[in-house]
Amino acid sequence: MYNFDFTRPTDLSAAVDALRGDGAQALGGGQTLIPVLKQRLAAPTTLVDLSGIDSLKGIRRMGDMLVIGGGTTHGAVAASGDVAAAIPGLVQLTSKIGDPQVRNRGTIGGSLANNDPAACYPAAALALGATIETNQREIAAEDFFQGLYATCLEDGEVITAVKFPIPAASTYQKFEQPASRFSLTSVFLAKMQDGSVRVGVTGAGADGVFRHEGLEQALSSDFSASAVDGVSVSAEGMSNDLHATPEYRANLVKVMTKRAVEAVT
Amino acid sequence: MAKDNVIGGSMKRREDTRFLKGKGRYTDDMNRPNQTYAYILRSWSAHATLNSVDTAAASGAEGVIRVFTGKDIEEAGLGGVPCGWEITDKHGNPMKEPAHPILATGKVRHVGDPIAVVVAETYQQARDAAEMIDIDMTDLPAVVDMRSADTLGTAVHDEAADNLCYDWELGDAEATDKAFAEAAHVTTLEFINNRLVANPMEPRCAIGDYDENDDHYTLYTTSQNPHVIRLLMGAFVLNIPEHKLRVYAPDVGGGFGTKIFHYAEEAFVTWASAQLKRPVKWTSDRSEAFISDAHGRDHVTKAELALDAEGKFLALRADTLANMGAYLSTFAPCVPTWLHGTLLAGQYMTPAVHCRVRAMFTNTVPVDAYRGAGRPEATYLLERIINKAAQEMGMDQAEIRRKNFIRSFPYDTPVALQYDTGDYDATLDAVLELADYKGFEARKAESASRGKLRGIGLSCYIEACGIAPSSLVGALGARAGLYEAATIRVNPTGSVTVLTGSHSHGQGHETTFAQVVSDALGIPAEQIEIVHGDTDKIPFGMGTYGSRSLAVGGSAIVKAVDKVVAKGKKIAAHLLEAAESDIVFEDGQYKVAGTDKAKAFAEVSLAAYVPHNYPIEEIEPGLEETAFYDPKNFTYPAGSYLCEVEVCPETGKVEIVALSASDDFGNVVNPMIVEGQVHGGLAQGLGQAMLENAAYDEHGQLVAGSYMDYAMPLAVDLPSFNVETAEGTPCTHNPLGVKGCGEAGAIGSPPALVNAVVNALEGHGIDHIDMPLSPLRVWTAIQNASVKQAAE
Amino acid sequence: MATISMTVNGKQVSGEAQGNTLLVEFLRQELKLTGTHVGCDTSQCGACVVHVNGESVKSCSVFASACDGGSVTTIEGMANDDGTLGVIQQAFQNEHGLQCGFCTPGMVMSIADMLKNNPQPTEAEIREGLKGNICRCTGYHNIVKAAQSAAATLAGAAQAAE
Ligand SMILES: Cc1cc2nc3c(=O)[nH]c(=O)nc-3n(C[C@H](O)[C@H](O)[C@H](O)COP(=O)(O)OP(=O)(O)OC[C@H]3O[C@@H](n4cnc5c(N)ncnc54)[C@H](O)[C@@H]3O)c2cc1C
Ligand code: FES
Ligand code: FES
Repeated sequence: MYNFDFTRPTDLSAAVDALRGDGAQALGGGQTLIPVLKQRLAAPTTLVDLSGIDSLKGIRRMGDMLVIGGGTTHGAVAASGDVAAAIPGLVQLTSKIGDPQVRNRGTIGGSLANNDPAACYPAAALALGATIETNQREIAAEDFFQGLYATCLEDGEVITAVKFPIPAASTYQKFEQPASRFSLTSVFLAKMQDGSVRVGVTGAGADGVFRHEGLEQALSSDFSASAVDGVSVSAEGMSNDLHATPEYRANLVKVMTKRAVEAVT
Repeated sequence: MAKDNVIGGSMKRREDTRFLKGKGRYTDDMNRPNQTYAYILRSWSAHATLNSVDTAAASGAEGVIRVFTGKDIEEAGLGGVPCGWEITDKHGNPMKEPAHPILATGKVRHVGDPIAVVVAETYQQARDAAEMIDIDMTDLPAVVDMRSADTLGTAVHDEAADNLCYDWELGDAEATDKAFAEAAHVTTLEFINNRLVANPMEPRCAIGDYDENDDHYTLYTTSQNPHVIRLLMGAFVLNIPEHKLRVYAPDVGGGFGTKIFHYAEEAFVTWASAQLKRPVKWTSDRSEAFISDAHGRDHVTKAELALDAEGKFLALRADTLANMGAYLSTFAPCVPTWLHGTLLAGQYMTPAVHCRVRAMFTNTVPVDAYRGAGRPEATYLLERIINKAAQEMGMDQAEIRRKNFIRSFPYDTPVALQYDTGDYDATLDAVLELADYKGFEARKAESASRGKLRGIGLSCYIEACGIAPSSLVGALGARAGLYEAATIRVNPTGSVTVLTGSHSHGQGHETTFAQVVSDALGIPAEQIEIVHGDTDKIPFGMGTYGSRSLAVGGSAIVKAVDKVVAKGKKIAAHLLEAAESDIVFEDGQYKVAGTDKAKAFAEVSLAAYVPHNYPIEEIEPGLEETAFYDPKNFTYPAGSYLCEVEVCPETGKVEIVALSASDDFGNVVNPMIVEGQVHGGLAQGLGQAMLENAAYDEHGQLVAGSYMDYAMPLAVDLPSFNVETAEGTPCTHNPLGVKGCGEAGAIGSPPALVNAVVNALEGHGIDHIDMPLSPLRVWTAIQNASVKQAAE
Repeated sequence: MATISMTVNGKQVSGEAQGNTLLVEFLRQELKLTGTHVGCDTSQCGACVVHVNGESVKSCSVFASACDGGSVTTIEGMANDDGTLGVIQQAFQNEHGLQCGFCTPGMVMSIADMLKNNPQPTEAEIREGLKGNICRCTGYHNIVKAAQSAAATLAGAAQAAE
């Protein structure tokens, strides 16, 4: 990896200042960025490690919202009783990310900022209609994700927290890619307080995470596994690689959605 | 309590302590004073003309000591990487053997082909500078698919315009044709045996260290056979006489075949250290390992089995394309031929077998031996086609095998081997019992109630281990002998140092060999030290692969021990004033038969080194003996494996529910270690069957070039195994009666898993799916079958 | 280059690190603690697992500077004070949970963390908990047994202490 300066500020404003410099980049848990740096696919001149900033960590409930700090690790979310009580789907999701060591370092902010098409968190953020809070603004999940590895974050913008509306029920059904064990095609299903159903799909789309309207409509009017059977999921727009064809991914969207429905009924 | 330090005891491994404390000494843990670091710039193109390599900028970069290219190697007059086995084709001509340069010149032939090496003060500087090397290449069409390699009009090597390395055959074609003509039933199976990457967890590493004062070279390397490397590199590449070259392979973190071979990097660092008068270290990273370690398997095969109406095998025909990759790696040519064709009789009395193998050059990483080497490919062929035949003929998979088992020994197969002993019914009975074969239908029904398809698959393998009689392999094209050597050095106080030519990279020799010696000499294991891996210490040995260490290396140890005891008897006779013929050696004592007069092993040892009262006219002082053991035949471990799976029809995901194994390894020295070897082999075999696939795209790019796409078996993918070592039929021709156990698991398990999945999907009319049985492949097979069934 | 310090296996140490120096490089090259291994470059194999501030992490995926002032435990710190094998290490030897030994340090460190968080794991939990550790030699069978036997020993010791 190319060399760079390393700083580890303990408060957000210092981090934001440091990120204003040319070639500065934020480091969350490093579980994506470090492998990328090893491949020399990125060449920051300064890495600003966010892991020393306490205000970015933590989980709290605010009314009908669950707020997770941008620097909170997957492991902390998976182990949180508050999360389990409010959004069990997030516990399922985080406890299936990578392995214990990855979960001890990787953060929600890093995962969302990276927007890997096979990452897990984006499905939850989109399905739950989360709000991504940065040091500059609040962004609706719908606007945040902009295709493969792309988000609307600006240079130096830091995800400080993610606000999730607490649904009536939620679950995450992951189907793993056989090698990386990321999502080959996974579904986050949320039954909202108003009875509407939202289905976030990750791993499948050629443009990254998406919501499946057909499934959402069918399940909003009839929340049952058989309702899923009646929906046709098109292979169009699904990605194609060594591990899955578009047709196979389309099939998995249905199968995982059915399992999700069964899991919460 | 029974002693565990003798033959048959599960003595805890002595080497574990250092590994468990983090005190193992692997090559990359070592650093030499004043060491430099090499970074290798490798081709990103599968096939291209190398127009120019401009190293000017890189040479001037910070920390850079020198940049080497193929031209430097050429000008220095170094040889290429040699091949250790020559195959003679079916017309009597030698195989095509193109040059394999240390660094590419003129052309690059696979992604990963080394082009230039930067040597710098630090690894980072070397890597930084490598980015400044300016390479001008013109891409050529890549030869990737073996099936079209001969008609592409593009040649990997000029000397093989049709990309054919050799066209080889074994067996009686005429008799086979005749049997097919008369057969009641013929089963045909076309399949791919998938390409694998060995992936020992320790990446390769090499340090060259030239000592100017003595004009002496040392190579520290991650090798399974340091003497073979010394021979090949010294004699064929660098022209360094053996006494000026030491090759030392310390603790090695797994090999599985891929660390047998002599690699260009080893020769480079050794040579470069003399050029620079400084040690040069190269450590592979994992990404580099994927494109520079020799791969395994990669066959495309058409097999046909002729049967009579009762299910007796009449003949087998196999036609295989074997991928050699871009260059011939050390033992590549013998793998699909003598290690594959000869195993096609399996455990069965098939009277006629014919096998044709065409080895192809392609623009891919060289392919060579990987755990099992040829034998897994043969076993897969046979055990898959037998199940397909059983399926077609409506026979039980165990019964069809039983009908055809060889039951009288020695048995001469139609493919050049003589099996000395075996009992195939015993291991089959044992595994059926172990796996509760009878209860399968009930379990299947239970799975069905949960929407899952359950299947059970059998595989009965045989392998040829303990390679091999030197005169035989010489006749077959080996450019080396395949004996093993051992020295037993009895120290004056009676402790023993064993110098062995075998090399341990996980097999536990420091324990097993100590047990053998402890058992024979009646002294505690703590008094025995096993030394291996260093050509300056050990006698010329051939190393560890092909499950040969105990059968060949252990036999050499036994022979050397025998010599020690024979000499000890002479000394004891003198000390005890008895006739030599009256001396017996037991429990660590030289005794005068029928009396209570005795001398302990240590007393006799001391007398040998302090020969005051000694038969000095008759024998020399000292007590150190060396033996070279050349095996009389291969050994033939065999066994039966049953795999039980559950398939999810919705996703195609296969879950291995159970894997039961019964193996006949002959005598067993340390059952704990033997079972561990089987477990590891099973994981690799099941990995091949279900997960692993070194996939290339049509441009010759390795798509599965890291663990992100190459699926390694993890703990979650596997069940706990049900492994039982049978009482066994001892090998008849080596002193320990042992057969070898290192590869069995990897050989027997792939067809067991595939048979199980096909068995589960029988209802869908599926009779074959190519490995690996990934969710995608299984699901796709189910979809295609449903479409076909709907159309019918 | 900056000088960083940390507590490693209970001892205060300091050494030089660049911004891009990984913890594993610092341990192996600067501190000569070569028991921690590198088996991949994609953060997947777990040969490099150590504990940082009490949690298991992949030392190939953490910068040394990020551990400045922290506390690190490596395989070299897992033996008993008298040099005998610790409970998990001993279980690995008893159950033959290692062959070439290359993955072993990472396995031991992962299992130590696992048993701290879940003292009585099921077989499935053990296998799931080893998702970040690849072993090419053992087929995991005896590693799982070692984890089970270590859990039993630790539970026995805990009971005895009560
Ligand atoms: C072996 C392995 C397995 C994995 N498996 C999975 C899996 O199954 N599912 C899954 O979803 N993920 C998986 N991951 C990825 C993991 O979840 C990462 O932790 C995550 O994608 C990135 O988070 P991080 O905190 O490590 O970010 P980093 O790697 O530090 O950073 C990633 C990117 O985000 C930026 N960034 C980091 N933090 C912030 C912030 N607060 N604000 C703005 N930008 C920020 C960085 O600049 C960088 O561009 C796996 C990773 C590994 C190594
Ligand atoms: S070295 Fe492979 S995960 Fe750290
Ligand atoms: S013991 Fe060799 S990799 Fe695990």
